[in-house]
Amino acid sequence: MAESMATAARKVDLPPGRLLHMYRQMLRIRKFEEEVDRLYQAGKIWGTFHLYIGQEASAVGAIEALEPGDYITSTHRGHGHSIAKGASIPLMMAELRGKETGYCRGRGGSMHIADVESGNLGANGIVGGGIPIATGAALACKKLGNGRVVMCFFGDGALAQGAFHEAVNFAAVFKLPVVYVCENNQYAMSMPVDRGLGSTDIVIRAAAYGLPGVSVDGNDVLAVYEAAKEAVDRARRGEGPTLIETRTYRWRGHSKSDANRYRTREEIEAWKQRCPIRRFGEYLEGLGLLTAADRERMEREVEAEIQDAIAFAESQPDPDVSQLADGVYA
Amino acid sequence: MREITYAQAVREALAEEMRRDERVFLMGEDIGVYGGAFGVTLGLIDEFGPERVMDTPLSEAAIIGAAAGAAVLGMRPVAEVQFSDFLTIGSDQLVNQAAKMRYMFGGKVRVPMVVRTPAGSGTGAAAQHSQSLETWFMHIPGLKVVAPATPYDAKGLLKSAIRDDNPVVVFEHKLLYKTKGPVPEEDYTVPIGKAAIRREGTDITVIATSVMVLRSLAAADRLAEEGISVEVIDLRSLRPLDTETIVKSVCKTGRAVVVHEANKFAGFGGEIVGTIVESEAFDYLDAPVVRLGGKDVPIPYNPQLERAAVPQEEDIVAACRNLMRQSPRWRARA
Repeated sequence: MAESMATAARKVDLPPGRLLHMYRQMLRIRKFEEEVDRLYQAGKIWGTFHLYIGQEASAVGAIEALEPGDYITSTHRGHGHSIAKGASIPLMMAELRGKETGYCRGRGGSMHIADVESGNLGANGIVGGGIPIATGAALACKKLGNGRVVMCFFGDGALAQGAFHEAVNFAAVFKLPVVYVCENNQYAMSMPVDRGLGSTDIVIRAAAYGLPGVSVDGNDVLAVYEAAKEAVDRARRGEGPTLIETRTYRWRGHSKSDANRYRTREEIEAWKQRCPIRRFGEYLEGLGLLTAADRERMEREVEAEIQDAIAFAESQPDPDVSQLADGVYA
Repeated sequence: MREITYAQAVREALAEEMRRDERVFLMGEDIGVYGGAFGVTLGLIDEFGPERVMDTPLSEAAIIGAAAGAAVLGMRPVAEVQFSDFLTIGSDQLVNQAAKMRYMFGGKVRVPMVVRTPAGSGTGAAAQHSQSLETWFMHIPGLKVVAPATPYDAKGLLKSAIRDDNPVVVFEHKLLYKTKGPVPEEDYTVPIGKAAIRREGTDITVIATSVMVLRSLAAADRLAEEGISVEVIDLRSLRPLDTETIVKSVCKTGRAVVVHEANKFAGFGGEIVGTIVESEAFDYLDAPVVRLGGKDVPIPYNPQLERAAVPQEEDIVAACRNLMRQSPRWRARA
């Protein structure tokens, strides 16, 4: 289809190994999320979580434009960002199981996975809540002169939050090294963008802050990568923030309570036809970098990796209730 | 010892900590050339420059959130929120983010940040610029809350707050900025979580914070002339709370009056009373514990109304007299 053509026509300067790594990262996110859903149905995971299935190209394309020392802030739909930033899948799975050895010692769960060592400053249960945090992290990077960049993810719903306006203006005023990535998955829970936003031209907002704004096909991993790379380079050069929109779609409901009453099966099916993983796989096959056999082998490897993580999480201890108050204060 | 004002004491703490630790910096609205709405940061920009004394846009959520984000990466920001009423605008960042990050992330990050903010009534600034909201933030695990009453404590507690690895909210009372008191020139800190006994007494314990400490001390002078001996405790820190000093004092006096400017209804006075009656001090009580707090109204503009809305010296005097009259042993003595 036309969008695949757009990808195929793209000139990308990434080496084959890097492209295959990106493909594998997308697969890891997809398989992780499918297994999380299955574990929930099996009663192994409780609470809530928000699946990233369908949006994989957005996290992987954007985060691949970062250097290892750079930072991200994430959202309530954060598993994809964590994995793309290099999180350990066993430790994520242990956290979703509420285990003492999970990323947050079982205190955070899905919406609060953080791993400062790998540069993940945290998922966030408050829509738009991470935008000021990312901005402050970028302020620290600038003050420390460490050359690092912060990438701040949020959804279309966060554009209606005051924190978005305050923080983006703040970063623009101080020319902070931060890249704002708005993942427009078309719905803020059940509210479609054209009913929830005064203008669905999302990046037009950038002009209000004197920033560049770029809208890309969020299901095209290379398009996301290119836009992010330019924004990251610009931030690293000290030229300030950029607002990027990645246009994408979540295949699953907002969370576990979602009966999909606000959208049609046809709409969901139409977006599934634009599956970011299949598109990228076909592109790589077209370049001769991936065969059907390679693809199947990679899928098997990822499947085994996720199953190992599940087994690891299963074997881990629960937190000790006597340590309930650990970690409130430093 | 030399005497300086409360505002000068705060300014000295900021300057000395910035000299001592290059990770410390200030952020806030009009804190640079203007010197802050109450002149507290006046002149700091001349020594430290606009990079460390940052005039920000009018964005409390961004100020507090950026402080949290910078703190997580190892900076030690001191944010000024121009009036404590504006904490409401930035409270998601303070309550849901800064306070909880460490716990939510399994104890793996530190959030060494300070929010300083002028609070309280008495300046004719009316309902949106005069509140005492410290109880809101006392309620949040992960935050520390202090409310210094003297120049000495304003400096010493702020230094402790800046050196603390947790988010600390410092409520400075506007009416105190021009008050003077002894402040050492050498470096010192006042520990967070330790109350001070400002005046020793044997009949009644008055437990107060901030400007109410000054009013309680003035009331205690008057009551002494009537033969009533009042012990005045300045809590200084609200979270953590020095329950030991409170309980010990009430065990001695057998009577307690809690005074705060924040609304009495659901104010922290209830917490202090709870602390007393849940402790061994309950057995020593000779009379019900009394709470004095703000009336259940927004702070009004008219000066007579404004004065009537919060406890004054005469209210503390009257409450103590009443308490003594109720007490059987005192009646027997009289």
